Amino acid sequence: MGIEPATALAGKDLVGIATLEAGEIQLLLDTAEQLLEVARRPIKKVPALRGMTVVNLFMEPSTRTRFSFEVAEKRLSADTLNFSSSTSSVTKGETLFDTARNLMAMAPDFIVIRHPNTGAPHRLAGVVSASVINAGDGSNEHPTQALLDAFTIRRHFGSLEGLTVVIAGDIRHSRVARSNAFLLTKMGAKVRFSAPASLLPVEVEELQAEAYHRLEPALEGADAVMMLRIQMERQKKLNFPSMREYYDFFALTPERLRLAKEGALVMHPGPMNRGVEIDSEVADGDQSVILEQVTNGVAIRMAILYLLAGGKSESAAGS
Amino acid sequence: MSRLLVRNGRVIDPVQGIDELMDILIEDGRIAKLAREIKAADAPELDAEGLVVAPGFIDLHSHLREPGYEYKETIETGCLAAAAGGFTAVCCMANTNPVNDEPAVTRYIMEKANRAGAVKVYPIGALSKGCKGEELAEIGEMVQAGAVAISDSPNPVANSLLMRRALEYCKSFDVPMIVHPQDELLSDRGAMHEGRVSTRIGLRGMPAAAEEAFVARDILLAEFTGGRLHLGHLSTAGSVEAIRVAKARGSRVTCEVSAHHFSLTDEDVAGSNYDPQWKMNPPLRTDDDRRAIIEGIADGTIDAIVSDHAPHHQDEKEMDFADAPFGISALETAVSLALDRLVRPGVIDVSALVRLMSVTPARIVGVPGGSLAEGSPGDLTVLDLERSVTVDPASFVSKGRNTPFGGVTLQGGPAATVVGGRVVWRAEG
Repeated sequence: MGIEPATALAGKDLVGIATLEAGEIQLLLDTAEQLLEVARRPIKKVPALRGMTVVNLFMEPSTRTRFSFEVAEKRLSADTLNFSSSTSSVTKGETLFDTARNLMAMAPDFIVIRHPNTGAPHRLAGVVSASVINAGDGSNEHPTQALLDAFTIRRHFGSLEGLTVVIAGDIRHSRVARSNAFLLTKMGAKVRFSAPASLLPVEVEELQAEAYHRLEPALEGADAVMMLRIQMERQKKLNFPSMREYYDFFALTPERLRLAKEGALVMHPGPMNRGVEIDSEVADGDQSVILEQVTNGVAIRMAILYLLAGGKSESAAGS
Repeated sequence: MSRLLVRNGRVIDPVQGIDELMDILIEDGRIAKLAREIKAADAPELDAEGLVVAPGFIDLHSHLREPGYEYKETIETGCLAAAAGGFTAVCCMANTNPVNDEPAVTRYIMEKANRAGAVKVYPIGALSKGCKGEELAEIGEMVQAGAVAISDSPNPVANSLLMRRALEYCKSFDVPMIVHPQDELLSDRGAMHEGRVSTRIGLRGMPAAAEEAFVARDILLAEFTGGRLHLGHLSTAGSVEAIRVAKARGSRVTCEVSAHHFSLTDEDVAGSNYDPQWKMNPPLRTDDDRRAIIEGIADGTIDAIVSDHAPHHQDEKEMDFADAPFGISALETAVSLALDRLVRPGVIDVSALVRLMSVTPARIVGVPGGSLAEGSPGDLTVLDLERSVTVDPASFVSKGRNTPFGGVTLQGGPAATVVGGRVVWRAEG
């Protein structure tokens, strides 16, 4: 394993994996490893962020990511403010910068932002002094998801280097797929995207991923398989014809899973469509680490907050 | 009798084949005389020594926003910006509120422009009622009121039958149809060019094919109907090639490119950290596309260079990329960009630039100008090829400060603008 952990995060913010160095990712994963233990304590709290304020700004519906952040913040003793809105600020006549200025007037230390449009966290980060954490922006990045996915994989294999990870499903506009591709390739893993071309971005090689139009060949020799949620809105019917056909050709079934390496991990960022992209038998089977991903998400988000606040990795879980 | 003597300039008139040091005398708004040395003791003088004097530049593609969006730009501020940018005339698009789809709006625009008194304004009438692409607007009435072309831009004409009928109908009034070629079903809410960079930075893309498919369709319909088609702000290598092929087989189509499409690429979008100052439609394309446009300019495939001036309020760009509107405030940078990116490196000479920004635009929309022959309008664009121009959005005359060129230094720029024998703008210093 050639990647040395960094001693600290270089930036004030965590807006994407694209701008992180491998050493920073290593540091985040190592720190999360130490913080994982907090959840097993009788009193699940450390004082690392005592007196600090975190604003959770969710401009797009989210349950699990928002909860996960909130749990992470509370376990670090931060004060949290939640702001949810399913409409972006523009429809209310307020600009993104107005929102930023208003938030800064309350002097938060962190702003966790989920936004329906690409680049909103990056723009916000440029105009506020608080640390901005991207909880998902448009079709761009979901860095905390990628970190928790990598963390989960690393806990099973010890390292990410040399692994082959398949990401399958609606990849074209998937921030999860993109952040995972950035992260896994930086850490020496191979990434395969599997989807009908109607669900893939153009010029996939730009993300250092290999494209497969059928799941079976993609699964051969895979160490982990990440299934993405398929959304079946009206517009998506242009991309594939029906749930039934999707399941028949592209879902992860027990038979298809056998094409992967023995003991390959089954992952899903949730929420799952059982019987569409993933068969229940697989989702609930021995190889599934889907619930571990949720648990690990809290530790990863704690690690991000902790490190952005200037904490040192070795004392992360100290009280 | 009003007079103006422009002295000692390097006079360039491609139509008459003139490129030499001359004086120009303008009387009562028209070119009265061109000669090596003119004596007109009582006439006010404009010293053009060391400067290029050309027939006035005409912008075929501007959005002046009035009526309806005066917070973005008014006809007056747009006209003053045009003058400061070296244009003596602008053709303004119909997507105002109300849309310029009937003669009353056309006349309103012309009256406002007259009152502003800076540059000439030639309204472009809507092709369809409300620019909605459903039924034809009153094209004849608008042409009678003063419209010089017909366009729904920035809306594409999605309906191919309407496109055909409009090309046919416009023949009765001898006005060109200016189109924004883009299949919006295919561009699918994209915010930038779809390709390597959009995949890398995670913005929704619009493929080059969305433009090229409509370019091909519109060329075929123009050839089929014999209508006058002018393709607006082309941005891709495939579009340039389609025009080249069409012209080679004798097609009469004409086309334009905006200054930003030969100056910037999608890599600049990536470098902006999602700043919507780099958001425009058509989007900034790849460097291959940019080079193809420059090649098309050099070999004469491209007929005109336009500003595609699309001013917006600052608040509207204080957004994330997807929520912000398309377009840049371009009247005050287009000429400098053309000088810096095309003339300075020798892609074209100044005479060719005058063709692209004055002679051919005048012919396309059939307005006076584009020539310094005696009796032509006394409209002059005076250029300083040596002047170093650093773009400062805060000092724009336009209300729109939205530009990706802030802080960029360009070599060459307008030095003075003369409309009807009146100096309407002069560079400071």
